[in-house]
Amino acid sequence: MTTKPLSHIRNFAIIAHIDHGKSTLADRLIQTTGAVAQRDMKDQILDSMDIERERGITIKAQTVRLAYKAEDGETYTLNLMDTPGHVDFAYEVSRSLAACEGSLLVVDASQGVEAQTLANVYQAIDNNHEIVPILNKVDLPAAEPERVKSQIEDVIGLDASDAVEISAKTGLNIEGVLEAIVKRLPPPKGDPDAPLKAMLVDSWYDAYLGVMVLVRIIDGVLQKGMKVRMMRTGAVYEVERVGYMTPKLELCDKLEAGEVGVITASIKEVADTAVGDTITDERRQTAEPLPGFRPAQPVVFCGLFPVDAADFEDLRAAVGKLRLNDASFSFEMETSAALGFGFRCGFLGLLHLEIIQERLEREFNLDLIATAPSVIYKMTLTDGTEIELHNPADMPEVTRISEISEPWIRASIMTPDDYLGAILKLCQDRRGIQIDLSYVGSRAIVQYDLPLNEVVFDFYDRLKSISKGYASFDYHLSDYREGDLVKMQILVNAEPVDALSVLVHRSQAERRGRAMCEKLKDLIPQHMFQIPIQAAIGGKIIARETIRALRKDVLAKCYGGDVTRKRKLLDKQKEGKKRLRQFGKVEIPQEAFIAALKMDD
Amino acid sequence: MSERDLLSGVEAAIEGTPDIGFGVYIHWPFCARKCPYCDFNSHVRPKGIDEAGYLQAMEREIAAHARLTPNRTVTSVFLGGGTPSLMKPESVGRLLELIGSHWQISADAEITLEANPSSVEAERFRGYRSAGVNRLSLGVQALNDADLKFLGRLHNVGEALRALELARETFPRLSFDLIYARPDQSLEAWEAELRRAIGFAADHLSLYQLTIEPDTAFEKLHAAGKLVVPDADAAADLYELTQAVAGAAGLPAYEISNHATPGGESRHNLLYWRYGEYVGLGPGAHGRIVQGDDRGRLATIAERNPEAWMKRVAETGHSVIETEEIFGETAGDEMLLMGLRLVEGIDAARYQRLSGRRFDPARISDLVTHGMVEVLPDGRIRTTPAGAFVLDAVVADLAA
Repeated sequence: MTTKPLSHIRNFAIIAHIDHGKSTLADRLIQTTGAVAQRDMKDQILDSMDIERERGITIKAQTVRLAYKAEDGETYTLNLMDTPGHVDFAYEVSRSLAACEGSLLVVDASQGVEAQTLANVYQAIDNNHEIVPILNKVDLPAAEPERVKSQIEDVIGLDASDAVEISAKTGLNIEGVLEAIVKRLPPPKGDPDAPLKAMLVDSWYDAYLGVMVLVRIIDGVLQKGMKVRMMRTGAVYEVERVGYMTPKLELCDKLEAGEVGVITASIKEVADTAVGDTITDERRQTAEPLPGFRPAQPVVFCGLFPVDAADFEDLRAAVGKLRLNDASFSFEMETSAALGFGFRCGFLGLLHLEIIQERLEREFNLDLIATAPSVIYKMTLTDGTEIELHNPADMPEVTRISEISEPWIRASIMTPDDYLGAILKLCQDRRGIQIDLSYVGSRAIVQYDLPLNEVVFDFYDRLKSISKGYASFDYHLSDYREGDLVKMQILVNAEPVDALSVLVHRSQAERRGRAMCEKLKDLIPQHMFQIPIQAAIGGKIIARETIRALRKDVLAKCYGGDVTRKRKLLDKQKEGKKRLRQFGKVEIPQEAFIAALKMDD
Repeated sequence: MSERDLLSGVEAAIEGTPDIGFGVYIHWPFCARKCPYCDFNSHVRPKGIDEAGYLQAMEREIAAHARLTPNRTVTSVFLGGGTPSLMKPESVGRLLELIGSHWQISADAEITLEANPSSVEAERFRGYRSAGVNRLSLGVQALNDADLKFLGRLHNVGEALRALELARETFPRLSFDLIYARPDQSLEAWEAELRRAIGFAADHLSLYQLTIEPDTAFEKLHAAGKLVVPDADAAADLYELTQAVAGAAGLPAYEISNHATPGGESRHNLLYWRYGEYVGLGPGAHGRIVQGDDRGRLATIAERNPEAWMKRVAETGHSVIETEEIFGETAGDEMLLMGLRLVEGIDAARYQRLSGRRFDPARISDLVTHGMVEVLPDGRIRTTPAGAFVLDAVVADLAA
């Protein structure tokens, strides 16, 4: 393929709320332009991981190059960038958007604009994107395209009068989308003769080709055999392969300014690449790296332990392998009195945590226990030493601590006016400090400073639920502030379970303690004896629940013909017991360790 | 699958479980009507039952199983169903004759027939007795007409009482079944009903709590919220009451749901619970045949559908469609599942021989501490009355 002039390239992202049809539209665009043979077509082509397909979310940025012969008779190169949509991956999204000039905003014609869309739309606007509104599912009886158009205008402030009305499912008006991309989105700018300046948009590990790097060429040319420098990490590599995804990898000789593609360069680990880094020519370097770079920083930590202690080595191998493909995930060995050997792992957020846990269980066939997520606390001890605490279980004696500080974030929440009251209450309950409140039309934009430990767990879920999904949320870490934090222990049958210890603010302890005890009461199955569940600070019990003893669990009839069936049930029971952890005399299901922290308030 | 394929590898042991006994179970798969709570292998054939065809097939079925279990002495025969009292007495006689022609039947063998208390069936009691049946098990189920109707039974209390009377005169041993923990059943109502039942002087009572079984009419009602059974606490209270009342009246439980006067226990059912040897004949029947050397037990499962069963026997000489060799931990699990249902408990040494594993002493000691299990001086392990009602949890603990 010869390089196209810039005027014949369009780089675009698709922004959509979950279920509004992003992946289906992507599939149709790929199909219509013939990038994938019909027989290779399966749903959600770009979501390559099982988890992505199942949950309908995109975790890794994906790209596909489409060749489209437009009505004007010219053939255009369209680069579709599929981006993750969750706040955990906000930085990755921002880089993907920075690599495009325009976005398609896909809105379900009956549901209208929803929260997840907004944060990404605003990001796209921040990145100076031209945005084409697309109304999907217009073929459904409940579709109200006119109402949704005026909503797009009111809520987002985008002119929706010439929104493209489609049905991605039936393929209705996909041509209209392609024409709009060509006619309404701007071509990339860039100087092919300037020194190479390319953005590292994402990277992943391919079992055959090693680390693959998704790049957007801003200026210059990236060629096979070239020595390139990663400006942030300082590493220098020789480019081995240059190509683009269709979505299958197609090799070519070079990528020029304005183009999107992939390279390989004998990079050992994904961890050696930094999303947002600037790639330049080692011999002819660009003067300035691209703005907006942020190193990947885990903000949530939790312990991962094998259910069966014998699987520890398998877990070690598995986390090592996953890390090859996900640099934002970190780990170090940990031992727990209750859970044995495992790893303390760092994540971008809770969704990231759940995804990693699920991938470890699924792709590596491991049964895991995840402990309560925690943030990094900084402590000054009475002897003057400063320590960082990643794990509440490691908290020193209270008498040895002179000061504890915790990370705070600056959060921006956008919401329709109707939900503002509930959202302000949520932020207040979570020790938030209001910084700003302003309006854009009927939408409130509120800024809060919040302790990360109040947000890390279920804040996002709560926000979504109280705003019926309309509020959007974005945050960045701001600073560390001193806090009156205490270690809350959970005692099950009078024995402390270290994996359930959390650091909480003294003012929140009772509420959290009560919520955790109530949760655990439902999560731990009845035993043959009564089980007290207590939350305690120091020696003081602040909340208590009791699981009553099991009273009936027996088959009324069991004769000669029943034993085979009953034995099979017993096999299942024995299998189920493997997913339980023994604490003293109590068996706790592994999912309880995370579920106990989710609050329904 | 031919007999050669399925059963060819089977090496018959010289003897099975002579200390426990050897039982023959015969399944009669037909009922006049399907009860809404029942998930047994029973079928209604409005156009009539091919009783002759059943007997013909049974002749070959008995012969095939007898070849696998030579030199056994039959200590019990159980004719279950279904409703075996739909069978003509001559047919029962023929079945017992066939059993006697292939195996030795011990002089004191227990021969049980399950019967329903409708008047038609009661007329045959004397015939069954003449044919050799010495123990009748009557499906009474309830002693009030409203509940009998709810349970889908075809008899009323009056018929039940007459059948009990007749059965007591006719058979040396008598048992009957009651289903309790019915919707809205109070402790008082059940106590009165149970006391009345005990007054009928049977030597054996099977007292089952109503269980919602999958694929039954009751399951559908239950799922739709139209049938509410007592919760675990109410069920446990009813169970405790049952133990107390029946025990005080000289019918203590010897198994989870079975009560007997001393010596009145069902010998055939004890064979199952003691994990002895039995053959299962007829549609859907299961057997456990002790094999030679150390090859454990052979589990046999027969074709369930009555017509398919007949066809299969005609074609291959037997109806076994599935076999499994059971030894080691699996055999241990079966022994626990069955044995711990009995008040007498299990012999830990036998469990160890059969399963090749030992109980975890810490588990046993926990279970003892919680009052679920007792270890007897002779090494037997048994559940306490409290442990019996949470038996599935106790077994899962011991088997894990």
